Amino acid sequence: MTVQLQILGRAVDAAPALALPYPLVLGRAGLSGFPSPAQDYEGRTLDLNERFVKRPAATFFLAVIGDSMIKLGIQGGDLLVVDRSIDPRPGHILVALVDGEITVKRYEIRSGQPCLCSGNPRYAPIPLENLDCQVWGVVRSVIHEYAV
Amino acid sequence: MIGLVDCNSFYVSCERVFQPRLRGLPVGVMSNNDGCVIALSTELKALGVKMGTPAFELQHLVRRRQIHLLSSNYELYGDMSARVQEVLQEFSAGVEPYSIDEMFVRFDGFESAQLLEHARQLHHKVRQFTGIPVCVGVAPTRTLAKLANRAAKKIATYQGVCVLQPNSRETQVLLKKIELGDVWGVGRRLVERLAVMGIKSAWDLAQANPKEIRRRFSVTLERTALELRGVSCIEMNDFDEARQRIMTSRSFGKLTDDINEIREAIRQHGQRGAEKLRRQNGLAKAVLVFLKTNPFREDLQQYSPSLVLELPCPTADSREILHTAGQALKRIYRKGYLYQKGGVMLLDLIDADRQQLSLLDTPQTDAERQRSAKLMSVMDELNSRMGRGTIKLGTPSPGAAWHLRCANLTQRYSTRWDELPAARAL
Repeated sequence: MTVQLQILGRAVDAAPALALPYPLVLGRAGLSGFPSPAQDYEGRTLDLNERFVKRPAATFFLAVIGDSMIKLGIQGGDLLVVDRSIDPRPGHILVALVDGEITVKRYEIRSGQPCLCSGNPRYAPIPLENLDCQVWGVVRSVIHEYAV
Repeated sequence: MIGLVDCNSFYVSCERVFQPRLRGLPVGVMSNNDGCVIALSTELKALGVKMGTPAFELQHLVRRRQIHLLSSNYELYGDMSARVQEVLQEFSAGVEPYSIDEMFVRFDGFESAQLLEHARQLHHKVRQFTGIPVCVGVAPTRTLAKLANRAAKKIATYQGVCVLQPNSRETQVLLKKIELGDVWGVGRRLVERLAVMGIKSAWDLAQANPKEIRRRFSVTLERTALELRGVSCIEMNDFDEARQRIMTSRSFGKLTDDINEIREAIRQHGQRGAEKLRRQNGLAKAVLVFLKTNPFREDLQQYSPSLVLELPCPTADSREILHTAGQALKRIYRKGYLYQKGGVMLLDLIDADRQQLSLLDTPQTDAERQRSAKLMSVMDELNSRMGRGTIKLGTPSPGAAWHLRCANLTQRYSTRWDELPAARAL
């Protein structure tokens, strides 16, 4: 039926920035005493929080259960980065409260009517009219981890 | 102008962000150990439940699923509080947290016409970004901001936002309506004494002669009176009293008279208190230990002793604090009573950097002090890195009576990767 979500945690901008597993090139060029040109760039690492968490206070992580959004690239077990500070527009993937359940859907306009749609044809679009529905947040990105 | 942002039923609201099904239902959050109700939704209040009601008195309603009681989840509340504060910081000139769910916000530099608009924006943004509903009160002083906030909460037409302009008619009407006991910093005893002088409403106090108030009562009440007039004279540091002492206490999970169990609990509390003390870079001059029997068990003998012992010199060393606490416990503990609660309070705190060297200090004690500081910081670091309780002084026995009881704990949704809420099938 509907996709269910599990909330995992939040992004904290105060959390230590984790370095990516690329070795930094910091060595000096040989023993000649010439400093490496890379030396000026020491300490620069890539921080995923900086890229994916635009507004930490309003960002929450949720875990996906169910398969209704597979066509839209969201699988069971995936992590959603949800930003509550964004005002939803058609085309956004939303986390919404449908009948009191936290669900993930795509916000679309179909024949002039705002609807919550899934990526699976088995689930009909839900017209927002006369539906007890509240937006919880807008999905900014999806993280899919592979078993390695 | 200064604003007060107060989160509505804060603990309950935090839970409802992640459990939408609890919206509109009577929900309460219980104290540590699931002892009594410390936070109530408006729906629970409407059923006549009061703050502090023992949880066992409500069990029949819980069983019939008429109300929902949750164990307190301070990690969640702490995180949500930090988020609220962050949002306020983004949209204002400065934030001073007053408690976990109340924050003063600077509203400097706004035209009075923009003020209401800005307050409404804060009200909306906090709700949208964090899911926590708040009320906003704005006024020339902190005491008036508190009143404005109360009005925003209680009077429906304000819709959660109340701005009191200096010397406005609106302010006057509100002050006349508000009872003295609802004014920030006016306790019940003061209300009685002020009534004798004919001061019955907040407005009366604002009109009273401040000098006379000071002479008859205190500087603190004079300030309150001035603040009600719109003269700002309370700064945030005035409320730092809480840092003057550190209290750690908790009900034992069951009534107990076992000195070993009680000693362990007291040691644990002492150590937690000492940790907090070091975190705020303080030293304690004295330790208070107390025990309590259950006052509701009239069939049992009552005994609720406490004792303050001075520390040999101001310290933050867990070993000295525990040693002194142990001595205090030895002197107050009596056999034959069933104790319900115990705790440790660290008193007369001073700033470690400002400690006066006593005449008895020698180079030797100085070296000793440095060794102690080193040991304690290693202990604190290990405990913070590897989990609380990694290093303990003495070894508490597992399953002891005083271990935390929290039967209805919700997940720490926003701070732990591995704390998934129960997945419910549709």
